[in-house]
Amino acid sequence: MSKTLYERIGGEPAVSAAVEIFYRKVLSDYRINRFFDNADMDKQIAKQKAFFTMAFGGPNSYTGQDMRNAHAGLVKTGLNEEHFNAVMEHLGATLVELNVPANLIAEAAAIAESTRNDVLGK
Amino acid sequence: MFTLTIDENSYTCQPGETVLDTLLRENINLSYACKKGTCHSCMVRSPDVMPPQTSQTGLKNTLKTQHYFLACQCYPEQDMCIKLSDQSDFYRMGTVIDNKLLNRNTILLVIAFEDAFEFKAGQFINLQRNDGMTRSYSIANIPQQSNTLEFHIRRLPDGKFSAWLHDEISIGDSIAVSEPRGHCFYLPERREQGLLLVGTGTGLAPLAGILTDALAHGHTGPIHLFHGSRDVEDLYRIDEMRQLAKQHLNFHYIPCLSGKQAPEGFAVGRVNEIALSRLPDLKSWRVFLCGHPDMVNQMKKQVFLKGASMADIYADAFLITLH
Repeated sequence: MSKTLYERIGGEPAVSAAVEIFYRKVLSDYRINRFFDNADMDKQIAKQKAFFTMAFGGPNSYTGQDMRNAHAGLVKTGLNEEHFNAVMEHLGATLVELNVPANLIAEAAAIAESTRNDVLGK
Repeated sequence: MFTLTIDENSYTCQPGETVLDTLLRENINLSYACKKGTCHSCMVRSPDVMPPQTSQTGLKNTLKTQHYFLACQCYPEQDMCIKLSDQSDFYRMGTVIDNKLLNRNTILLVIAFEDAFEFKAGQFINLQRNDGMTRSYSIANIPQQSNTLEFHIRRLPDGKFSAWLHDEISIGDSIAVSEPRGHCFYLPERREQGLLLVGTGTGLAPLAGILTDALAHGHTGPIHLFHGSRDVEDLYRIDEMRQLAKQHLNFHYIPCLSGKQAPEGFAVGRVNEIALSRLPDLKSWRVFLCGHPDMVNQMKKQVFLKGASMADIYADAFLITLH
C-alpha cells in the first residue's frame, strides 16, 4: 500500500509543529481572530490538530455533518467565504514555512477545500 | 490478555483492544470523542505502572510524569489499575498548625499530617468541611518541608468557605484534605530555559511553590515573577521575594499594582501587560499562569502569540465560587 499524505508529511510530530505555526497565524489575523475570542486554547489546539490530520489525509473520524454542526454557530455570527479563504491562506503559508513540497501542499489544500460547503453551512 | 482494574472491579482487555474499547464494551461511563488521540477527552491515569509510550503522545510532560494516558491509544503491555479523571477523591485528615494574616484579606493556613503527603509544588487539593462543602486551594510550599501543606486563602466577598477558614478554623482543628491534583508544576528539565511566572492575588501561592522548587533544583535560566493586584495592601510576601531576588541573580521579582497609587519599587499597570512589555520574545520560554480566570485565559493566548509553545504553557485558573 502506498504511503498516505499524512505519513509522507511526517505524521503526528509534523502535525504538532504545523498547528503551532498555523494557529499563531490565525490568532494574529484581524480578519478571522474574532471567531476564536472565547475559545479555550487547549481545546482549540486539539481541534486544529484534528483538522490538520484530516487535511493530511490521516486518521480522523470527522464527517461532513460534524463540520457542519461545529461551525453552525459561527455561520450565524457571519462566518463566510472570505474567512474560509483566509484560513486556507494560512494553511498554505504554514506548510511552505515547514518546507513541505509543493505537490503535497496542493494535496492537503484540496482535502481542506473539500470541507468548504460543510463549514459554511451550504 | 491483561486485566484492567477500576476501584474493586476487574475487566479483561482482549488482544487488539485498546483500554477505551474494553471500557466501552463493559459499559463503563467514560467520555471520549475522536478515538485518534487528538481530542484528549478519554484521558485517564495509571497510578502504579507507566503506560505505553504511544498512549502519551501529545500530552504535556507534567501529565506524562503523573502517568496520564489516552485510553483510545493504549494497547496494554501489562495489567493496569486505572483511575478515571472524575473518580471520587480520597480524603485524609490533617491538623491546622498555623493560621495567620498575610495581608488585610489573606491568611496563611498550615496543615500538618502524620505521614508524608506526596505532591508537586504548584498542585492543588480540595479542602472539605464536615457538611460536605468543598473548595480547591493551591499548595504554596514544596514537598521537602516536613509533612505540612501551606495555603494562602483570600477572603472572598460572600465566600462561605473562605469566611469559615478565616473566622472559625483555629490551631489544633482537624480538616479533610484530598489528594493533590493539577498539572501546573515545575519539572527539573531544560534548566537553562527562561521561566515566566505571572499571578494575581493568591495566584502567588502555586507560583511561590514552583519558584522554590525551580531554585532548589538549581534552575539556571532567567526566572521572572510578576505578581499583581490592585492595591499594595493586597500583595504579600514582598520582602521575602525581594530577598530571594538578592540571593539568586537569575531570579527577578516584579510586584505590579493596577490601582491609582503605586509606591516606589512597584510597576504600574496590569500584571500581564507589564510582563509582556518587559519580555517581548517568549520563544522557548516556559510559562506558568495562576489566578483570575480572565487574566489566565487572555495571557495564555498572548504568551503563545509571543512565541511560547503550547506544551510549555501551564495554567491554573482559579474558579471563584460565590455563595
